[in-house]
Amino acid sequence: MIKKILSLVLIVAMAGFVLVSCGSKEDASKPEVSYITIKGSDTMVHLASAWAEAYMKNHPNTDISVTGGGSGTGIAALLNGTTDICIASRSIKQKEIKLAEEKGLHPNEIVTSRDGLAVVVNPGNPIESLSIEQIGKIYTGAYTNWKDVGGPDHEIVVLSRESSSGTYVFFQERVMSKKDYSQDAMLMPSTSAIIQSVSQDAWAIGYVGLGYSAQAGDKVKMLTVKNTEDSPAVTPSVATVQNATYGIARPLFFYTNGEPKGAIRDFVAFALSDAGQEIVLEAGYVPVN
Amino acid sequence: MNTWRDKAIHVILLGSASTSILIVLLIFVFLGKEALPFAWEPGFGELMRMKWVPVSFKEEVFGIVPLITGSLLVTGVATLIMIPFGVFGAIYIAEIATVRENNWLKPFIEILAGIPSVVIGFFGLVVLSPIVKDIFGLNTGLTGLTGAILLALMAIPTVITVSEDAIQSVPRSYREASLALGANRLQTIFRIIIPAALPGIIAAIMLGVGRVIGETMAVLMVTGNAAKITFNPFDSVRTMTATIAAEMGEVAFGSHHYQALFWVGIFLLIMTFFLNVLAQRVLRRYQMR
Repeated sequence: MIKKILSLVLIVAMAGFVLVSCGSKEDASKPEVSYITIKGSDTMVHLASAWAEAYMKNHPNTDISVTGGGSGTGIAALLNGTTDICIASRSIKQKEIKLAEEKGLHPNEIVTSRDGLAVVVNPGNPIESLSIEQIGKIYTGAYTNWKDVGGPDHEIVVLSRESSSGTYVFFQERVMSKKDYSQDAMLMPSTSAIIQSVSQDAWAIGYVGLGYSAQAGDKVKMLTVKNTEDSPAVTPSVATVQNATYGIARPLFFYTNGEPKGAIRDFVAFALSDAGQEIVLEAGYVPVN
Repeated sequence: MNTWRDKAIHVILLGSASTSILIVLLIFVFLGKEALPFAWEPGFGELMRMKWVPVSFKEEVFGIVPLITGSLLVTGVATLIMIPFGVFGAIYIAEIATVRENNWLKPFIEILAGIPSVVIGFFGLVVLSPIVKDIFGLNTGLTGLTGAILLALMAIPTVITVSEDAIQSVPRSYREASLALGANRLQTIFRIIIPAALPGIIAAIMLGVGRVIGETMAVLMVTGNAAKITFNPFDSVRTMTATIAAEMGEVAFGSHHYQALFWVGIFLLIMTFFLNVLAQRVLRRYQMR
């Protein structure tokens, strides 16, 4: 108990110190320092940080802070006015737009780059290719056994991201024709947890961002995906996402409140510039053009 | 002068002592305030439904029954694992172990108590879940049982420490009388000391259960988080705590989902409250005898 009280006192003291020191810093520096906060999609955190670092190098008077938490978190923060830019790996929902308008906000959508989702299975799984419809049926629970899709007679272990993830909603929209996830689908707290489980469980299936699955190497096997039953199977890669032949790809967004102004507009322009799009490629995502 | 100082100190001490009452009340008021609108729209009956589907393009369902069964299952199994290890461990340490053995045993128990739950969760995901999968021949190691084992691991130090205190506070004369009457050491332990220390041991188990039911991070990482109603420990379950932790970051303030999560919190609070009352009752009954 005493320890708890002590640590509480310490935290309060530290918070006070930080506040005081921030205040004095503000006074000392030039008045034109601008702060930009960026919040949202965990998928985009690395990318946004890379942009922010490159931007701040050339604009020492701009401070940018980037935090993750999920696309929903970012949009909630935008609606609550606690972030300037929301990074999101799904488009804003009708319901959220309505909430925003009730609060007098006007979410403004900017497509910054694209990301492909790879469907991964254990390397020991003989299945090489599935159609989007088959994958959807696995995730809605219509198919529960690998023999339903031409594999061996084993139950399918279905792995998904948590419902707070933009990837969850995007996958539901694009692959599952907006149907609900199966009650048996396991919701994993992170992409690395999905990779970990798929590499251990012989009959598991999961979905992860293209960049992650490339890093995972041969711990997991990426499936090639057919857009329809009769179309050719496409390997997920930067090239196939960019030329839109790979079916499970999505745009990555910035959301701002209204048209961005001042430093925010400048930053957005940088992200969309050639230099910004070069960073997209380096981060393992796909440039817009 | 002196009375003035006495009074000041009295007020300060009273204030500190009452802080917890104030905080509990504030928490109740806050939970109630955030959760209450849900009771009118969409109505309290919504919480009693059998499905938890908070993110859906079709119909969102906020039935907390699967979450409650998930928490009960994990807590129940963890308690079954924790009791023998915790109580027998305490008996050994208090009654049988030599001083030298205790010099080894006790620090390690304390270290186990101090390991952060995320670390335990990571250990569970990478090490324990494949073991559980292989031993029981399952499709995946992400089960309620895996979570329960981890939780038991985290609660055992509490159970050992508190039970050991209880056993050691059994008067020496009981032991001496028992041995003098010709009972051997084991008979003394199981017929005399444990019955005498039982209230303390039960309190220790209740404390352990309290820790288990409120633990979040470890279960979030290893139970698979599929929200379905099951009493099979080899199935994946979603606990109340994991649901709050995974979803609270995502929700828009004031949405039905947000309010439903507060209801989950209230139910969790009610459960721990009754657990405490029960523990007190048990303790009092044994002390009366």
